[in-house]
Amino acid sequence: MTVTNEDVGQQARTETPSSSHSFKALSRAAFKGFIRDRATLFWTILFPLMFLVIFGLLFNDGGENKTELGVVGDGPVITALEKTGAVEITEFDSQDAALTAVQEGDVPGYVAVDGDTVTVRYAASNQASAGVINGLVDGVVNNANMQAANVQPRFTVDAQQVEDSSLEPIQYLTPGLLAWAVAMGAVFGSALTLVVWRKNQVLRRLRLAPVSPLAILSSRLTVSIGIAFVQAFVFIALALLPVFGLQLSGQWYLAVPLVALGTLAFFAIGMLVGSFSKTEESASGAANLVVLPMAFLSGSFFPIDQTPEWLQAVSMVLPMRHLNDGLSAVLVRGQGLEAILLPCGVLIAFAVVVGFIASRVFTWDDA
Amino acid sequence: MTDHPSDALVVEDIHMAYGDVRAVNGVSFSVRQGEFFGILGPNGAGKTTTLEISEGLRKPDAGSVRLLGESPWPRNVRLLPRIGVQLQASAFFEKLTAREQLETFGDLYGCPPGRAMEMLEMVGLAEKANTPDNKLSGGQRQRLSIACALVHDPDIVFLDEPTAGLDPQSRRNLWDVLREIKARGKTIIYTTHYMDEAETLCDRVAIMDHGKILALDAPAALVRDLDAATRVSLTPGILPEEEARRLPGAESVDTDEISLTITTRTPAPVLTALAERQALDGLQVRTATLEDVFLELTGREYRA
Ligand SMILES: Nc1ncnc2c1ncn2[C@@H]1O[C@H](COP(=O)(O)OP(=O)(O)O)[C@@H](O)[C@H]1O
Ligand SMILES: [Mg+2]
Repeated sequence: MTVTNEDVGQQARTETPSSSHSFKALSRAAFKGFIRDRATLFWTILFPLMFLVIFGLLFNDGGENKTELGVVGDGPVITALEKTGAVEITEFDSQDAALTAVQEGDVPGYVAVDGDTVTVRYAASNQASAGVINGLVDGVVNNANMQAANVQPRFTVDAQQVEDSSLEPIQYLTPGLLAWAVAMGAVFGSALTLVVWRKNQVLRRLRLAPVSPLAILSSRLTVSIGIAFVQAFVFIALALLPVFGLQLSGQWYLAVPLVALGTLAFFAIGMLVGSFSKTEESASGAANLVVLPMAFLSGSFFPIDQTPEWLQAVSMVLPMRHLNDGLSAVLVRGQGLEAILLPCGVLIAFAVVVGFIASRVFTWDDA
Repeated sequence: MTDHPSDALVVEDIHMAYGDVRAVNGVSFSVRQGEFFGILGPNGAGKTTTLEISEGLRKPDAGSVRLLGESPWPRNVRLLPRIGVQLQASAFFEKLTAREQLETFGDLYGCPPGRAMEMLEMVGLAEKANTPDNKLSGGQRQRLSIACALVHDPDIVFLDEPTAGLDPQSRRNLWDVLREIKARGKTIIYTTHYMDEAETLCDRVAIMDHGKILALDAPAALVRDLDAATRVSLTPGILPEEEARRLPGAESVDTDEISLTITTRTPAPVLTALAERQALDGLQVRTATLEDVFLELTGREYRA
């Protein structure tokens, strides 16, 4: 059957529509929709950054945890204590004042020097600080005694600092919060787009246009990956500021595949969330329900090795745990390619499995 | 139903139920190429469902659809560039301007750049090119939605209640747009619940109610077949009621404060007689409309 086209005007369809045309058009539309929506911009970019700033400033004062110590009087013992660098000294005028401070819990203990008498008082409630204070004062007083008696010490201690696996707060906060931010952006991006496009009929309209579902999906995914890279850039740039003092390791660029694959995995999770949600409210509720507990269990907000063993084991089934591990390995621990192989594998596996389920439950409309 | 080669759409005995609701219950019709075909009926009549089955958006429980000689279900990618669809609720991308909406849809069909502006001009929205869709009025949104359906120059256009909820002025503006599309040789299949509009615009209308087509013909033919009386109204007092009754062809005469109304099946001699008596003040001639057809078919007043 032939149909004559009687349109005398300009022929509109000059070429057969190609996937790359559709892909570009839809990517552009999704990108503009994203950057013009202030609320989305806030929740995906600014909100996680606020966490970085707040946590970074909260946990980063002075960096180390020093024991506080009250002192009364002065002399070589006090000077030596100060030089150890292990205590933070508060001066008091009298022993009475210092004692009151200990009783009220303001300082865990005090040292008073009166001539040759060194008095140490510490709070009974804080055994750990008491041990530190006792040990320090003992050592300092012994040294002073030996010097006073002109005795050469028989044993010497060679102590040196060794880098350990526990990190400065900013060093674990940056990869952890970044993983959380990337996950949030991807889940919300895909879930809300799916729900909104189903609700405002754009999906049905696209179904009636010669565009492949793959082009629809990949265009939105591309925008999400772009957003994730912007998140990563802003995050790291901010953390590098002297106030926060992030030390980036030389292999940081290995975070690029991790961020992309992390977005892919969480985009798939968002598709699943969006397939089951009828309204934007239920979609963002469900997305939060998935992402927030996962972030806690995967150690995005605190070091995972501070959690119980069983929790660490359980968290290995969560994609965010692997994204965290991978990001912290290459961003701050200075590990190489071998450290991202497992995380990348897990993220791809998640994307494939969840994406498959999402494609099974996908509907163009809610009727 | 005979399948004529120039039929753009042939729908045969389609049925569709949502649970217990029989939305479409045995509908058949065909639409010729270049025809302006209206599906007319009150809300819930099954117009949208009929249209969506014809477009290939829904699979009927039973019955068949041939759209440009092919089956639109399952999703028939070959057909898609040849049909243009405006859904009942307008489908726009969030946060895009009128022009960007059109450009996006245009790109999906491989339209040349510049086509978007052309379409905006056609529907009279050129000066709204940079306005986001949520800042457009109801009528402007409808026109943009129609432009999006036409951007790729389809052969068949499906429009679902394009004039619903518009003020009279916007409706008239849209009528001009629709006539313009028809003038370009497009086949238009559209739904409405405005009887007067269907009467003015459509080559043929199918009157639907409760999932069935009650009548299908040219609006004038439907009205003619009704053989309804014409009502001629005049300013009261201009003609004594007695004299009005004696006019040739007058069947009955009613008077109230507003008018004197003569009912007749032969309006020509009545009007000639009135003219001879110079009694034409406030003359109104009301012939039967599609609303009377609906009343006759269903036994109830038409309420959209
Ligand atoms: N998705 C749906 N689910 C359930 N019932 C529906 C659905 N869509 C339409 N209906 C019902 O089917 C009937 C016909 O609806 P519709 O085709 O939309 O009519 P119209 O477009 O003429 O108003 C109505 O009773 C409506 O309530
Ligand atoms: Mg409808």
